[in-house]
Amino acid sequence: MGLLTNIRSSISAVTSSLFAGSEPKRIGIYGPPNAGKTTLANRIARDWTGDAVGPESHVPHETRRARRKENVEIKRDGRTVSIDIVDTPGVTTKIDYEEFLEHDIEKEDAVRRSREATEGVAEAMHWLREDVDGVIYVLDASTDPFTQVNTMLIGIIESQDLPVLILANKTDLDDASVKQIRDAFPQHETIPLSALEGDNMDEVYDKIAEYFG
Amino acid sequence: MSESQRSDDGVQIDMISAERMNGLRTMEKIRLILDGVHEGNIVILEEGLDPDEESKLIEVTMSEISPDGFTGIEIETIPTGDDTGLFGKLLGNSSKGKLTVIGPANRIETLHKDENLISTLIHDQ
Repeated sequence: MGLLTNIRSSISAVTSSLFAGSEPKRIGIYGPPNAGKTTLANRIARDWTGDAVGPESHVPHETRRARRKENVEIKRDGRTVSIDIVDTPGVTTKIDYEEFLEHDIEKEDAVRRSREATEGVAEAMHWLREDVDGVIYVLDASTDPFTQVNTMLIGIIESQDLPVLILANKTDLDDASVKQIRDAFPQHETIPLSALEGDNMDEVYDKIAEYFG
Repeated sequence: MSESQRSDDGVQIDMISAERMNGLRTMEKIRLILDGVHEGNIVILEEGLDPDEESKLIEVTMSEISPDGFTGIEIETIPTGDDTGLFGKLLGNSSKGKLTVIGPANRIETLHKDENLISTLIHDQ
């Protein structure tokens, strides 16, 4: 009886480990508004599945709901890394509908967008606390990374013991500085890229496989 | 907590000690902060919040934003590690954490921040 129980336990352990190993990791793409998170999510999804994740825009808070692209299989060095991409709304501590009016959006639409954006940020925070296995943190390399939101979010990610890869995006811009991103978060590896142009995506995929595989 | 109030059209500053915050649950801390901010006050925390509390502060702040009303918070922190600073002397005890300044987004504007200094401009209501 004891032997049978042990065999059952062993089979159960092997089965669990096999299924656990095959489950895609949920990787949240986080960062401040307009860092290029959706552009990156679309780049990854298009490169490996042929589909996009969501619309890209220069208007802040275009992504107002977390969007998920499941079973993205990234092939590196003869092996396949399977991930679910979660493209999240840009995190902020303030949203004023009047920001949208500056982008020629009517007041009614601006109010609706701001309400959806607040719900989206709250949802993104909830995902971060409960539902992601790793984080790709996207920063616009042409803007100052020493912001309170960035500091708080990196602190929250670190407190959850989540693996995090920092991407210095928009290297196609003249005033981009990868160094200022590296200097802001020296405890983490920073990879430069232009998600828009597709520059340095090979290294990004290598690192995704290394961090989240 | 020590408070200073100038006049009806002035600025109220709530300085909240670590001791006061340590006796509160997460949502009690967040309510204490946001209730003050909703009234237009500037809230200064001796030791700040832990990452999980910061995450919930953002989440609750988002749920309370409304058109033509509350637009969210401005928050800045600087690390503190001993009791020799001005704030530690003012409160009369030691502090290890992050000095945190929180205010209504439409009233407070950060002019300068480095590892030793937060300089803010507070607009009239």
